[in-house]
Amino acid sequence: MFFNEEFETLPREALEALQLKRLKAMVARVEKSVPFYKEALAKAGVTADSIQSLKDLQRLPFTYKQDMRDSYPYNLFAVPMEDIVRIHASSGTTGKPTVVGYTKKDIETWSELMARSFMAAGVHKGDIIHNSYGYGLFTGGLGAHYGAERLGASVIPMSGGNTKKQIMIMQDFGSTVLTCTPSYSLFMAEAAKEEGIDFRDLKLRVGIFGAEPWSEEMRRDIEGKLNLSAVDIYGLSEIMGPGVAIECCQAKKGLHIWEDHFIPEIINPETCEVLPEGQMGELVITTITKEGIPLIRYRTRDITSITYEPCVCGRTHARIARMSGRSDDMLIIRGVNVFPSQIEAILMGVEGVEPHYVLIVERKDNLDTLEVQVEVGENLFSDEIKHLQALSAKIEKQIKEMLGVTCRVRLVEPKSITRSEGKAKRVIDNRNKA
Amino acid sequence: MHVEQISIFIENKFGRLAEVTRILGDAGVNIRTLSLADTSDFGILRLIVNDTEKARTVLKERGFTVSKTEVVAVEIPDRPGGLADILQVLDADGINVEYMYAFVERCGENAVMIFRFDETQKAITTLTSKNFNVLPGNRLYSM
Repeated sequence: MFFNEEFETLPREALEALQLKRLKAMVARVEKSVPFYKEALAKAGVTADSIQSLKDLQRLPFTYKQDMRDSYPYNLFAVPMEDIVRIHASSGTTGKPTVVGYTKKDIETWSELMARSFMAAGVHKGDIIHNSYGYGLFTGGLGAHYGAERLGASVIPMSGGNTKKQIMIMQDFGSTVLTCTPSYSLFMAEAAKEEGIDFRDLKLRVGIFGAEPWSEEMRRDIEGKLNLSAVDIYGLSEIMGPGVAIECCQAKKGLHIWEDHFIPEIINPETCEVLPEGQMGELVITTITKEGIPLIRYRTRDITSITYEPCVCGRTHARIARMSGRSDDMLIIRGVNVFPSQIEAILMGVEGVEPHYVLIVERKDNLDTLEVQVEVGENLFSDEIKHLQALSAKIEKQIKEMLGVTCRVRLVEPKSITRSEGKAKRVIDNRNKA
Repeated sequence: MHVEQISIFIENKFGRLAEVTRILGDAGVNIRTLSLADTSDFGILRLIVNDTEKARTVLKERGFTVSKTEVVAVEIPDRPGGLADILQVLDADGINVEYMYAFVERCGENAVMIFRFDETQKAITTLTSKNFNVLPGNRLYSM
């Protein structure tokens, strides 16, 4: 089932011809209307006319998150403010937020891509979409909302928080689709259990989870606890918002990135060299149809790989692998690179371990230490110390063997790790605070 | 013939033990005896109470991880070598003691020990066949 069959199944050759045409047009627009790009393109010696093939993309300059901060709030906009109909901003945990503006056409494109994403995930007209992504400056809520309406489904604009009410509404309104962060879905499952509500009695069929990295093991856990098909969605406000890429429900193996609007590249983040298909690196995206704030080779800092292999669903658009994490989430512990998602995968592989954990990094006597806190629920608990100590030792050993880092597992009481209603906070790094 | 014991996972944090005992006290549960096994990070509080089910329910409601374990209460003559006699009998039958602790009250002239065995039923059979007095749960809860 396709939302826009013609474009979603466009043969590669036609798709690439379309990309080249749109890339040239976009570069022509920004070299005229955005002083930042005018300067950057001149410095790189590239003009729109000199772009002859998609290979020429590699000659274009990168855009960094810092460039967006330096252009705060509107200096990267490519159209006059009177053409901007919506403004969003990223959470901006460090410093000023990054601001994005959308024209009417941008909103239409976003709605279509989100509607395509819903269809790919197995959602259709007639579904009742319970949208728990936050509404507001964050793109998640409104992005999913407009896509749901464009699809013609019924959307419940829940936003985040007030978990008890969320569960009541899901139950009473007969929600068939849930959209939120993966960690919040588990928080809801836990809260429902406390209320004596079994998710298997709800009508939920599909869950569309994104906005934070999660593992294949966590998918199995969510699917078991919420009794639905869990699909990974990818997006970032700088590029558009949710719906940049999505897994199809047929394969659930990599996320189709909508290549008629975005050109993805995978690069080595240190050398900036473009990497071949299948190799892990940083995802770089060029927006080729965006009007409000077009971006050339935006450094997402997300780590993934790409494949152009045909997919069973029939879509011709390339697939990016499930995100391994952000390059800025990557922990370097005594020189070893570790992503929280790798530790999550190991924890979830241990029988009885709940998907609530936190990593605490400290520096003692100039040495990094990693503590992994794991909650002891009923499935893990033993009344004998030796069994609990064996459990800690087993996890420590697996992390050492698979990731090469020494850690200390601390068993903690259930619910003592803070639950998140938005993006889960998995890492507490105290190294630079002292 | 076994006795029900509840075990509670407690982090080594200020006030946790006080909280558990307060919850039980407020629920009208009387602690008959207890033992605390501890490591640097956490402890396991093992309790024998007058109402096991109620204790379990109120603690679970408050978010504690609780489990129920079968232990064995045995009367031991209060004289030198009393405990050694029992352990010797168990040893001869290849039964392991996982942990043990003393009951607060005496049973007449005798002391009472609580044992957790690797094989509970086999231990009870061995002890009774050697004429040791194994105390049933209801006797202990109301002692």
